[in-house]
Amino acid sequence: MQNVFVYIEIEGTKVQDVSLELLTKGRKLANELGVQLHAVVAGTDIKGKVEAQVLPYGIDKLFVFDGEGLFPYTSKPHTDILVKLFKREQPQICLMGATVIGRDLGPRVSSSLTSGLTADCTQLEIGDYEDKRAGKVYKNLLYQIRPAFGGNIVATIVNPDHRPQMATVRSGVMKAEVLDADYKGEVVYENVADFVPSEDYVVKVLERHVEAAKHNLKGAPIVVAGGYGVGSKENFNMLFDLANLLHGEVGASRAAVDAGFCDHDRQIGQTGVTVHPKVYIACGISGQIQHIAGMQDSKIIISVNSDPDAPINKIADYVITGTVEEVVPKLIKYYKQNSK
Amino acid sequence: MSLKIVVLAKQVPDTRNVGPDAMTPEGTVNRAALPAIFNPEDLNALEQALLLKDADPTTNVQIVTMGPPRATDIIREGLFRGTDGGVLLTDRAFAGADTLATSYALATAIRKMGLPDIVIGGRQAIDGDTAQVGPQVAQKLGYNQVTYVTSIDEVRDGKIVVTRHIDGGVERVEAPLPILITVNGDAAPCRPQNAKLVMKYKRAITPIERPVEGELPYAEEYEKKPYLNITQWSVADVDGDLQQCGLAGSPTKVKAVQNIVFKAKESKTLTSSDADVEGLVKELLNEKIIG
Repeated sequence: MQNVFVYIEIEGTKVQDVSLELLTKGRKLANELGVQLHAVVAGTDIKGKVEAQVLPYGIDKLFVFDGEGLFPYTSKPHTDILVKLFKREQPQICLMGATVIGRDLGPRVSSSLTSGLTADCTQLEIGDYEDKRAGKVYKNLLYQIRPAFGGNIVATIVNPDHRPQMATVRSGVMKAEVLDADYKGEVVYENVADFVPSEDYVVKVLERHVEAAKHNLKGAPIVVAGGYGVGSKENFNMLFDLANLLHGEVGASRAAVDAGFCDHDRQIGQTGVTVHPKVYIACGISGQIQHIAGMQDSKIIISVNSDPDAPINKIADYVITGTVEEVVPKLIKYYKQNSK
Repeated sequence: MSLKIVVLAKQVPDTRNVGPDAMTPEGTVNRAALPAIFNPEDLNALEQALLLKDADPTTNVQIVTMGPPRATDIIREGLFRGTDGGVLLTDRAFAGADTLATSYALATAIRKMGLPDIVIGGRQAIDGDTAQVGPQVAQKLGYNQVTYVTSIDEVRDGKIVVTRHIDGGVERVEAPLPILITVNGDAAPCRPQNAKLVMKYKRAITPIERPVEGELPYAEEYEKKPYLNITQWSVADVDGDLQQCGLAGSPTKVKAVQNIVFKAKESKTLTSSDADVEGLVKELLNEKIIG
């Protein structure tokens, strides 16, 4: 009862990074609330293969559902598992990745349990809430903090009366840290048939292609990112040249992706990838909040923008006032001349 | 096969084109300053429905939308592109709904319309980016769901085959009807308005759009052409439980809303001159910030 739960996402038998990040956050929240960290994982032929990947993150109790038809993920069987398990275990908080799976599963579970769900949180904290109209004070709620309205504002959402308080978080937003390599958590192997009626396995995955990521934007030490101000897909090639030279990766703002300048999987921001590089070179990016939410932890920010008042300049360490076409080739040229 | 399809669509403020006046000095959203548009991914969803209707003209496509009176635009937009009709859910009791209360209202309306073979909506709306309403409607209707769909490949023998995104790849999925599908922005774009349909439906209105005082222009047309009368339902019309609608039916509460203020840094300002750019590159190299 009243514990913190994390839904662990797997690809085959490999636990996804986002789940490790959430376990780390979940452990901290559980400590703050003085409760246990529990986790649930469902898949096919996973027994003995996933436990050691996750227990070191400080799980007190891991519920494993191993059965045919649980991988690849389909909506209903995983919903059945969480709904039944949560009715029995009565957690106060449930965290899941804001991935394709988490964003498919979370709302379905929340609807079944009539509990509130907040998508794509960028911060999770514990705090009190006063409902002035009802004259009630709620202690130790989960503050679910997320940019809203296209990233123009930040909202703090709470679920005062319904449990669990559910939130999804994107990969890369939280940091994964092993708590203790020998952490002793209990593992419970549940009987899947007690949770999922056989008629719920009706959606069939006919074909499936998963490619290893084409780039490592999330972990890149240097990111060269382009916005709408880059002007065209062709101009983005300059950014790739600069990134290659610096052993970095190319990212993009939502505006640049929407304009077709760059692939969607390189989008940085609240609804894209979150990065924390050593150096972030923002080229022609105005700096909408939804973008800044995905890169504000960069150590050094360099902004190249023809508009000296671009909002991103306020958080930049270096501001170069000029067009991308003019400045980026110069950066390339002088790097080549001066390096080594 | 003749299908019954309901498209979920939302009128949203165009958050992609936010000007400096989009926020009030108090930090709330100035909705009046933002144009109201058809949520982009809902247009992708509409196209998938219309493609199925192209394949079999006996297929019936209806839009359901929840919003203020002006959201009737969404139903008209659909008629201009080829839908058979639509329903506007409008009532003060629906206001302040989070995704759960929204999905409750939509599900009650869909039940009243008669359960369709396919419910189809955009993956998410640009004002909230939550992607929650689709799956929540599916759960409330007891439908299976497939999200992040890029194309409907086949509908046959009571089954549907779709292609969808997954993290790092794609999947082809087969599911029995009835089903709820959410469609991604990279699915086929929606066809433009059809001039003949615009002529036919341009005067279509909901009851709430009728003038409060004075005469309804072209009043006789609304009697002769019943298709100009767009259906409008209140909470009572869908037998809605007030405890599950609007603010009352929303488990999530907004504790605080803030304009984001990032800590401004002391920044060095440079020009695009060769001297400045070279100076910066040297500084970064010297301090081993870049290698």
